[in-house]
Amino acid sequence: MILDIYSFSTLTSSIDNSLHNMMSPWMATLTEFVLVGIVFLLFYALLGLFLVYLERKVCAVIQNRIGPNRVGRWGIFQTFADFIKLLMKELITIKHADKFLFNLAPFIVIIASFMAMAALPFAKGLQAIDFNIGIFYVIAVSSLGVVGILIAGWSSNSKYSLIGAMRSGAQIISYELSVGLSLLAIVIFSGSMQLSTIVESQADGWWIFKGHIPAFIAFVLYLITATAEINRGPFDLAEAESELTAGFHTEYSGIKFAFFFLAEYMNMFIVSAIAATLFLGGWMPFHIGGWEGFNQIMDYIPSILWFFGKTFVVIYIIMWFKWTFPRLRIDQMLNLEWKYLLPLNLMNTVIISFVVLMGLYFK
Amino acid sequence: MSEETVEKKIILKEEDDYIVNMGPQHPSTHGVLRLEVCLSGETVNYMIPHIGYIHRGIEKMAESDTYKQVIHLTDRMDYLSSHINNEAVCLAVEEALGVEVPERVQYIRAILDELTRIASHNLWWSAFGMDLGALTTFFYGMRDREKILSIFEESFGSRLLHSFNTPGGLLHDVHPDFRKHTLEYVKYFRKKLPDYKNLLTDNVIFHNRTIGIGVMDKKMAINYGVTGPSGRGSGFSCDIRKAAPYGIYDKVKFKEILYHEGDSFARYKVRMDEMVESLNILEQLVDNMPEEGGFTAKMKPVIKLPEGEYYQRVETARGELGVYIVSKGAKYPYRIKFRSPNFSNLFVLNTLSKGGIIADLVAICGSLDLVIPDIDR
Repeated sequence: MILDIYSFSTLTSSIDNSLHNMMSPWMATLTEFVLVGIVFLLFYALLGLFLVYLERKVCAVIQNRIGPNRVGRWGIFQTFADFIKLLMKELITIKHADKFLFNLAPFIVIIASFMAMAALPFAKGLQAIDFNIGIFYVIAVSSLGVVGILIAGWSSNSKYSLIGAMRSGAQIISYELSVGLSLLAIVIFSGSMQLSTIVESQADGWWIFKGHIPAFIAFVLYLITATAEINRGPFDLAEAESELTAGFHTEYSGIKFAFFFLAEYMNMFIVSAIAATLFLGGWMPFHIGGWEGFNQIMDYIPSILWFFGKTFVVIYIIMWFKWTFPRLRIDQMLNLEWKYLLPLNLMNTVIISFVVLMGLYFK
Repeated sequence: MSEETVEKKIILKEEDDYIVNMGPQHPSTHGVLRLEVCLSGETVNYMIPHIGYIHRGIEKMAESDTYKQVIHLTDRMDYLSSHINNEAVCLAVEEALGVEVPERVQYIRAILDELTRIASHNLWWSAFGMDLGALTTFFYGMRDREKILSIFEESFGSRLLHSFNTPGGLLHDVHPDFRKHTLEYVKYFRKKLPDYKNLLTDNVIFHNRTIGIGVMDKKMAINYGVTGPSGRGSGFSCDIRKAAPYGIYDKVKFKEILYHEGDSFARYKVRMDEMVESLNILEQLVDNMPEEGGFTAKMKPVIKLPEGEYYQRVETARGELGVYIVSKGAKYPYRIKFRSPNFSNLFVLNTLSKGGIIADLVAICGSLDLVIPDIDR
């Protein structure tokens, strides 16, 4: 098993104990809430900025360019500069827009992505809430974002925004099914919806290796459908730049636009983190059953590095998609989901149930 | 003769149509073109192009300029085929005066024509990929176009609007390294062509977006006067270099690229093949280019065309450019009319995009390869 020195549970429990010693139980819980909130807010903002920087570097590599290289070493503070610029921009008020909904929409989008972070196991013992229906919670919360997108498109009183929002609605509702079904594959394998249990079940091999071909198919399907669900290329129809200028956030400016922008990148992080947790073992090191020496060497790498390493590999793949493929058309995209991905997913689920029942996978 | 004007009102718009204005500032119209698109859902019911946002009155301005000055105005029409535009006017003036330009000049002009064509197709490829959402194509196309632009820059100082042609020949001689660098470029670009194929031509999503989209049959192409690669994608054999050879083109061996499907993908393939064909032409020309012969014929300092009407057509990167000059014997043209390819190519867009969806409209608009200043002039 993973070494205890890297476990975050010692750190968190010591903080918990000291807080309980200092103040009354309800006060301690309240303080913990605030602490966790602040940590998440900081993490969210910094990670969002880093992901924007990463995307610009990755696309620069793919496109034969250098990318940001002026602000700070290797341009690492470029996104900070951009963010400060966005903060200082004027918030343009739109005539005849529904003011309340117009202002509400960015918050819904960003809160949806923020809430999903709560259930992610970042490392051993580093998880805000360990629901027994964790995966269900993540799917439910992350699909709330579409409400914000629809409201944004409707309330900004612009035709481009409306078309973008309607596209996004059709897209997310369709692809939600396939995302759920491909995640169900791992739920069937591990027999649990609790994210910590799913990670524990991969101690002697990740599900993508243990689960034979069906698990691999589920992984590929998840990658495709998750890319579609977060509105990224080649499925970025909701903000198809060459067709709808900017889609649902055409009319937004300043910090409200920054909210949409950040939420998009954080959604990418969340789907990648879920892919890493369910298919690639989460924070669990790479273990091969029986190879004790090898497993011990792997244990020396901290679990938080394993988690972020895997997540960023998936993020890189998703970015790679965007910068290589042309965009699909809306009807082709819905065809792809309803005619190919969904039947394939259903079939795959049946096969996986059969595999699990017969015990055909590596245990 | 009694003149009777019948006022016929054509109702284009209904009251409750869902109209979306694409442009004049829109990423995929490539300039200040405004398309008034009527939608039902995502489907395009009809589309009215509005032009004139960049009208500069080039034809009117030309009436008070000498023939040498007119050359500089033609640059600003189709700025991606500026050299070929220059040549059209030069050829018309030379023909009117009966001047024989040296063979070397004809060779250099043809080499520059083909380089311009490749550079233009490179830029079109970049922008077409962008229209379809493949953002990386832009940088690959621009990378290769840059090499051509540096050849231009080396020889005549400017990269885009090089008024290098002048009636009777060229402004000055080309750079001594011109031949060497052109050959190097041909070798370089042949190696880079597989990139184009791997990135976009063989992509499944790209096929879905273009095959069978915006089908224009041969008859429609002829009726609308769609020329250039867009027309040849419909099987309309309209290459002026073959049909009415000018300059050195009757001595060069090359194929006229024809596809008969008439969809966006056929138009795409025509341009991709034309780039290869241009490379073949370049190889033949550079090898046979004479070293001696000067860069201009002997011309009078003030050019006055004899009274009459003159017409010359050339094949630009986008189709047939016609120059019609009416002269009254003065040093200024009495009237100049340009038959620009993009003007004709634009108006087929409504017919092609009807019944498709917005994404198709963008794909068709990209595959017609429109340059807006050439439409407005």
